[in-house]
Amino acid sequence: MAAAKTRISSFSRNLSTAAQSQGPGLKCGPNGTVFLSSGIPDLDKILGGGFPLGSLVMVMEARDPRGFLGTLPCPATSKDDKSREHDPDQEKGLRIAWQYKKYFRENQLNFNCQRDGKHEYSNEFDLRKPLERHFLNGQRVDCVSVQDSLNLSALQDRSATFLSQFPRNDGSISCAGRIAIQSFCAPQCAYSNTEWDMLSFIRSLKSMVRSSNAVALITFPPSLLSPSFCKRWQHLADTLLSVRAIPDEDKELSQLLTGYQDMVGFLNVYKVACIHTQVPVILEATTFSIKLQKRRFLVLECLNQAPVDGSSGTSYGTSGSCSGSSKTGNLDF
Amino acid sequence: MNQRSSNLLDEALGLDQSIEPWPLRGRIVAIEDQVETSGSFVLHHILKRSLSPNSSNVSIFIAFSQPFSHYDRVLRKLGCNLVTQRDNNRFFFFDMLMLQCPGGDEGISPECGLIALYGKIYKTIVALPEVSSKNVTIIIDDLSLMEVAANGSSDYVLDFMHYCRTLTTEFDCSLIALNHEDIYSSADRPTFLLQMEYLADILIKAEPLATGLASDVHGQLTVLNKGMNYRQGSSRNKISNFHFKVKENVVECFYPGSQG
Repeated sequence: MAAAKTRISSFSRNLSTAAQSQGPGLKCGPNGTVFLSSGIPDLDKILGGGFPLGSLVMVMEARDPRGFLGTLPCPATSKDDKSREHDPDQEKGLRIAWQYKKYFRENQLNFNCQRDGKHEYSNEFDLRKPLERHFLNGQRVDCVSVQDSLNLSALQDRSATFLSQFPRNDGSISCAGRIAIQSFCAPQCAYSNTEWDMLSFIRSLKSMVRSSNAVALITFPPSLLSPSFCKRWQHLADTLLSVRAIPDEDKELSQLLTGYQDMVGFLNVYKVACIHTQVPVILEATTFSIKLQKRRFLVLECLNQAPVDGSSGTSYGTSGSCSGSSKTGNLDF
Repeated sequence: MNQRSSNLLDEALGLDQSIEPWPLRGRIVAIEDQVETSGSFVLHHILKRSLSPNSSNVSIFIAFSQPFSHYDRVLRKLGCNLVTQRDNNRFFFFDMLMLQCPGGDEGISPECGLIALYGKIYKTIVALPEVSSKNVTIIIDDLSLMEVAANGSSDYVLDFMHYCRTLTTEFDCSLIALNHEDIYSSADRPTFLLQMEYLADILIKAEPLATGLASDVHGQLTVLNKGMNYRQGSSRNKISNFHFKVKENVVECFYPGSQG
């Protein structure tokens, strides 16, 4: 019988063994990419999985990032995470939030395989607590300050040395490297040739990261760059985001957006990495509100326009998703 | 079906007819894009066409933007195996990701990266067997990164392009270059961009739609073909404008409102 015969075919499925054995904090993605968590689960979902290894992420920040980004937060304990788990049975009862449910279903397709190993890929961070020192013990963390003098050549050499620990090969990836450069923009760059030097550094960093199992993230205030150079930086980025704080008590925004008083800032996604593919990533929404859940967990939500007449409670459907409103009597869908 | 879906772009480039002789022979193609809408897919499309199995074209790819693995994977999904083409000496890949010219006046010395790069291209072309019968396509991705490699010396990059232009006249090479229009449109003097647009025989602009980004339409292409119709000594430009959607294995091009 044919079924008993060993079928010999000239076509064989290329099963990558590396896909089965990635280290913690890593996850396989499409087109042979491997994702590294951004550390913010909502951002991982928005970007389709996280930051691809070998990519350069750039974040355009507000002028004073310290007050907004803060210090490194502490990972939340497992008991704190239970409130963030979404019970599928409960979702069925959310009749008002039917479009919100659709958003969760679509993203669950990407994350079902990670449900059991959720904590291995990303962590929830408690923004109220600073990172405890014992988390850093035994970790390979290198800190470099460029506040006093910007020696790009030394910084490039340091980066090359660091990235040499994470060479790209065909085997499984046990761990990945992360380079984070905050506020990378010298105040005097507009008046000297430093702009081209900095651009050269970013280009070489990107090239080194491309051939490594690492991700580089650079934040910079675009206002300190000329428009032309700002565009050059944006083009260099594989993933391009922007973060800005929300002014307190902005009456126009409070009338325009639902849940304004809970927001601390906006996140914009301009570009998502396209590695090993020519297909652009088109997101349904590109602007997200940054909120603190229970005053400590960072969450990202789509923006929802408030009802035109906020006092009538009449529903006004203008966006594709919904969120809970703290205002009594407002129906959002 | 794939062939048909790319017809608008092929028509605009003159690739919808036979590919022998290569319609882009001796011509310079400048592709411009923006942060919101990448024009890389046009490079990939032209590369795929130039390496068609029915032709004897040779492509030289100057990569400042991505490593070989990226283009290999992208072109595989388009039905073109760059590894095989490289092994068959039809595809030459020059990895320029780490090229950095020394600063100051050393840029014009023979040791400067751009001069050496031109020399490498020239040697590759003359080493080809029966060079006069080959269609050689030189593809550059992208010019703005070449400027960075040259420490901002746009003049050196323009000189390099002029040198490459001699190859289009001497060997009938095609020269395809990608650049980012929004970098120069926000500059005080967009001289470099204007010079490239002047040099180009075909200018392709990839832009987002005025209405923003959409999952069904990724942007619009405007193709200005400075064609040479020698009817009674006249030359005629041809402008094409259409929308596009980029897929893994094909680029769908269609007129506005015709995508059903």
